[in-house]
Amino acid sequence: MTQQDVSRRAVLAIPGLGALSGAAFAQGTPQRGGTLTFAVAAEPPTYDLHQTGTFAVMHRVAPHYSTLLCYEPGNYPNIVGDVAENWQAAPDLLTYTFRLRPNVRFHDDTILTSEDVRASYQRMIAPVPPVTSNRQPAFSQIAAIETPDPLTVVFKMKKVDASIMDTFASPWNSIFSAARLAQDPNFPVRNVMGTGPFRFVEHVAGSHWVGQRFDGYFREGRPYLDGFRAITMSPSAMVNALSGRQILAEFRGFTPNERDRIVRALGQDARVQESSWMLHMLLTMNNEKPPFNDVRVRRALSLALDRWGGSDSLMRISQLGEVGGMVRPGSEWSATRAEMEQWPGYGRDMAANRAEARRLLREAGAENLTFTLMNRNHQPYVTCGIFVVDQLRQIGVRVEHQQVELAAWYAGQGSGNFQVMIDSFTQFSDDPTNVLVKYISFDRAEVAVARATDRELDALFDAQAEEIDKAKRKQLVRRFEARAMAEAHTVPILWWQRIVVMNSRVQGWSMAPTHMIYQDLRDVWLAPERR
Amino acid sequence: MSAVTTATTLPAAALDRPRRRNPVLAFIVAQPLGAAGLFVILAMGTAAVFAEMIAPYDPETIDFAAMLEAPSWAHPFGTDAFGRDILTRIIYGARTALTIGFFSSFIGCTLGGLLGTASAYFGGLADLIIQRFVDVILSFPIIVLALVVVAVMGKTSLAGIDLNLIFAIAIPIVPRAARVVRSAALSVRAMPYIDAARAGGYSSGYIILRHMAPNVLAPFLILLTAYVAQAILLEASLSFLGLGVSEPKPAWGLMLAGDSSNFYQEAPWMILFPGLAISLAVFAFNLFGDSLRDWLDPKFNS
Repeated sequence: MTQQDVSRRAVLAIPGLGALSGAAFAQGTPQRGGTLTFAVAAEPPTYDLHQTGTFAVMHRVAPHYSTLLCYEPGNYPNIVGDVAENWQAAPDLLTYTFRLRPNVRFHDDTILTSEDVRASYQRMIAPVPPVTSNRQPAFSQIAAIETPDPLTVVFKMKKVDASIMDTFASPWNSIFSAARLAQDPNFPVRNVMGTGPFRFVEHVAGSHWVGQRFDGYFREGRPYLDGFRAITMSPSAMVNALSGRQILAEFRGFTPNERDRIVRALGQDARVQESSWMLHMLLTMNNEKPPFNDVRVRRALSLALDRWGGSDSLMRISQLGEVGGMVRPGSEWSATRAEMEQWPGYGRDMAANRAEARRLLREAGAENLTFTLMNRNHQPYVTCGIFVVDQLRQIGVRVEHQQVELAAWYAGQGSGNFQVMIDSFTQFSDDPTNVLVKYISFDRAEVAVARATDRELDALFDAQAEEIDKAKRKQLVRRFEARAMAEAHTVPILWWQRIVVMNSRVQGWSMAPTHMIYQDLRDVWLAPERR
Repeated sequence: MSAVTTATTLPAAALDRPRRRNPVLAFIVAQPLGAAGLFVILAMGTAAVFAEMIAPYDPETIDFAAMLEAPSWAHPFGTDAFGRDILTRIIYGARTALTIGFFSSFIGCTLGGLLGTASAYFGGLADLIIQRFVDVILSFPIIVLALVVVAVMGKTSLAGIDLNLIFAIAIPIVPRAARVVRSAALSVRAMPYIDAARAGGYSSGYIILRHMAPNVLAPFLILLTAYVAQAILLEASLSFLGLGVSEPKPAWGLMLAGDSSNFYQEAPWMILFPGLAISLAVFAFNLFGDSLRDWLDPKFNS
């Protein structure tokens, strides 16, 4: 992605501002000092990265921890070592050996060893109640972890996992102190103590989170900042705070209109960075609730959505953007437009699509279909819901749009107490295993909330997960998508576009197509204020 | 002669009878501001009932070709971020506002009225308990109470109307109506015909419904109109907060929320016209309610 100071005119004139580039932000020499103030839109439900998947935790907690591997700043998706100095995969890809950096210090001044890595990964792979782990499915192929010496960790695999390097680079795999975990396995839930560039100072719920530079950080000369202050505020307050220079950044993303307002207010001091986003909206049909157990009904609903038309218009008013399949459009794994147009609901002839949808509903005896569409009462979910309701009306389907609070939405999703819902899915990497898991059988993955059972999809999923040859794996991903689109248990609606706007004083931060990585702030520094 | 006699006697008889004026005309003459309020309410009611015939567009159909259009002949109040005609959505929004406003107010005032009348009738310990309960409920601000109720009850729709929203708005009205009606019912309770009914062996329920309730109808009607305004405002507030009516159903408060807060600088008509509609409706009901009170209350008349 390009990172540059832009005026509003420039922003409006260059809609594709966000082409990814490898260059880290290097305007001038990095300077030490200063406190970065940035906004986060939600409160963290826990401090434990192993047990959650929300940015509300990641954006606050990531600066306090390290991981084994990480994505190279400014060069996504290249993977580099974090606390791992180097690593080696056995030729059969069933053993991975990591050599750790020496003298990596925890914030309590103890030295990180392979035992800390083992204890942390063991906690994610096989959590002992009451500990839970959101990462457990990702590590299902790891058979054992060995620590032959204090600086060596060996992972033994049950079978080949093509996505394992991305899994090791996951920003959620924070390394905790084995000694602290031995005292209390749930220590990280309410305590923050890692080897990251910043020490934890305080968290005042509903107000702020403060971190202070850790002078014992293992990367020489880092971090540049004296500290950071993450302030909890609503999205509309963020726009005003950034425009009024009370905060310097927000790392998740704004709508196009919010971007323009901030750019108008900050003028030359605004920096806009745009990219596609590993986050997409889905229409999920509950296979346990008739008539959504009928493939004809599900496919009819997918056929009714004018994704291409919706994309062009909705990207002007919301964070919704590109049309895509099940992997991020533009990523190395994504389908071409021509391939997409072969899927039901992706054809350009909407009159034909809608006629086919009506035919399918008639055939299924669901001509006067009426149902409740569960959705979040938050943007851009509401925008997406309005679009879907309008599209379904055009094939004669009446929809009651039920907008609920986040907790009720999660509860409905978890319990299966919904007919059709607007769902979303985000991951930290484009690796197909990470993203296709959303579409497999419910008994294989809790995130597949359509509650379907489709063994053919499961088999394709497993096959691609083990395929090392990229070209062959890509073909398997295409076959998976074609099958999943035809069965339409869950179908993509639109992908999001990531628009990050910050004060141009913030330097050294890397933009990525996910808001979950590059949040440890180790390379971030503050340029002096313009006079 | 007889014809002359008849002619001279009839007007005299007519003069002896009290002059009967049309009550609507009498109200308009006595309360011109209230009449203006009534006119606006009737206009809203007409818009609500005949929305399909009056509105130029469908309120829910998206027209991406007309996104964020400024007011014009084609769209007199402009369009929103989805290209939906704002005038159309305001006309249909009147239906939402009046339906929820009227039913909430009616349910709240009726339950409150019955509770207040019963409290006055029974007196003693029952009155004490009921009034302390009313005090507790009254201690919550009306919007806070409605927020809690709607958050706890969730949503239950019937024909596109959220029944729980109606109850959420009605519940905070109950104690307020109960307190006012009780004060009117206390004087009715002291009337001899109530004692006579009790002496006649009628049940308490019968006396309350048959003899007391009709005699507190005037304050009940005044409360009803006053709380319709309050209910419209509450519905708009809850919809604005995302707890009321759901998109794409047209509702004035909802029109002020969502994308309006995102586009109010570029498209001020998105908030101007729904805001005006809410203000006008509340103002009209308040004017009408105040005038009705003045007109029906003998103290004010004297």
